[in-house]
Amino acid sequence: MTRNAFATPSAPNGVWDVERIRKDFPALHQQVHGKPLVYLDNAATSQKPQAVIDALVAYYTFDNSNVHRGVHLLSERATEAYEGARARIQRHLNAASPREIVFVRQATEGINLVMASYGRQFVGAGDEIVISAIEHHANIVPWQMLCEEKGARLRVVPIDDRGDLLIEEYAGLLGPRTKLVAMTQVSNALGTVTPIKEIIGLAHRHDIPVLVDGAQAVPHQSVDVRDLDCDFYVFSGHKAYGPTGIGVLYGKEQWLERMPPFQGGGDMIKSVTFEKTTYNELPYKFEAGTPHIAGAIGLATGLEYIAGLGLEQIADYEHELLAYGTELLSAIPGVRLIGTARHKAAVLSFVLDGVHAHDLGTILDQQGVAVRAGHHCAMPVMQRFGVPATARASMAFYNTRAELETLAATVEGAREIFA
Amino acid sequence: MSDLRDLYQQVILDHNRKPRNFRKIADANRTAEGYNPLCGDRITVEATVEDGVVKDVAFQGAGCAISKAAASMMTTSVIGKPETEVDALFHRVHAMLTGTNGAAAEIGKLAVFAGVREFPSRIKCVTLAWHALQAALHGAAKPVSTE
Repeated sequence: MTRNAFATPSAPNGVWDVERIRKDFPALHQQVHGKPLVYLDNAATSQKPQAVIDALVAYYTFDNSNVHRGVHLLSERATEAYEGARARIQRHLNAASPREIVFVRQATEGINLVMASYGRQFVGAGDEIVISAIEHHANIVPWQMLCEEKGARLRVVPIDDRGDLLIEEYAGLLGPRTKLVAMTQVSNALGTVTPIKEIIGLAHRHDIPVLVDGAQAVPHQSVDVRDLDCDFYVFSGHKAYGPTGIGVLYGKEQWLERMPPFQGGGDMIKSVTFEKTTYNELPYKFEAGTPHIAGAIGLATGLEYIAGLGLEQIADYEHELLAYGTELLSAIPGVRLIGTARHKAAVLSFVLDGVHAHDLGTILDQQGVAVRAGHHCAMPVMQRFGVPATARASMAFYNTRAELETLAATVEGAREIFA
Repeated sequence: MSDLRDLYQQVILDHNRKPRNFRKIADANRTAEGYNPLCGDRITVEATVEDGVVKDVAFQGAGCAISKAAASMMTTSVIGKPETEVDALFHRVHAMLTGTNGAAAEIGKLAVFAGVREFPSRIKCVTLAWHALQAALHGAAKPVSTE
């Protein structure tokens, strides 16, 4: 990874000023069980910067109104803010047009939209959908539902013992029956960063469209949908420093135009009679009902916040944290890291000999350390590694080396309790 | 870590390390599976019931220390008891965990789990085996879930 000169106000001396950045996140400054909070559950959801909280409060305080219909001033302001958010997100992802940015509830709904709309139109009996062994349940279950409905077949790209995809096997699965590839960019359970551009390129050789689950990528790196050349890209706002209940589906216009609506209702129509309804243009065709206006504004604000810190710098700093955390945990006898892919995001999934992940989670919580303990909505991944559950520490750019030391010391302490 | 010692008492750690009746019963006439989708813990409880009396109970599966110790201590508490007493004991355990029964009366050594009350996310770890046993005794067809 290239190390650019730090240019943000937060990092004036080429040093990531984490203490200053932490001041932007009010939730980090609290005690749990009498201990300072060490928040290492960022893959589940991130904390919110004050700028996002302020944007939500400002919207509800001053501009609250419905969009796309009122002739009054507040409605104009709300519409401008909502469409402004769409344009800001379009620029962040480098999408060609705001028509390609559809607001959804979260990545899960984005995938379900593509399943219901693209899937019903373009997938038939005997066709195949290709996913991978490291997908989140959100990128497994909708496709199983579609396959069941259509008599189609789900094909799964296997992984090796490190958690890397077997690309040759993937290439071998692609063929004339393949109607869609749906693949994660970063695994939430293992941290594996997939070679997504290569995955897309291989599929495109067969003219197969690719949906990318970017829920764990957008918060931690820059994403350029035109450079990736993906056909669909989904992510959730709440993991990317924005509010819950809002997410984005990016879709190439050529696909979205050919796809039927997802849900019916207000906003997604041009005209309605009992004989015939004409659907609205993109992206509104896919946005039935009053949208999460404040959420969209909050999400755009969150993305601007991280862009302001510098996405390259964020990735570099989180990489340092990952290396340090890996070193600390690996030094503890009995710790086994689950997921050691060559390219990894700042996720440390691990098990400790003789101590179940659930017990470890409770012990860590008592020391103020918030981690996820469980199957991480990726039960097939747990099966692949022969563990019922793992403890997962997932980092963000506001975490510190000292916090990782607290994590490691507490894991050591857990060993002693169970010794 | 004083609260943690209340949770992970020596008796619990001992049953976690050396679970009692962690085996199969060849001639079991009751069986049920328990599943906690939150953590993925899975347990199979088998029992031999004769004339309304629980002659033998054993369990198998993977789980956290709390769920394993709870299953282990459940087996030692109910073997030899009439089914009706087993039901009553489960209700007392449940009441202790949810705080509807202040005193841990008539619960014997199972009072060791009283500390779990302070850890609401862990209460289901204790009740998993009990729910499975209830399902086995009362003949539920599907695996029972804590949810």
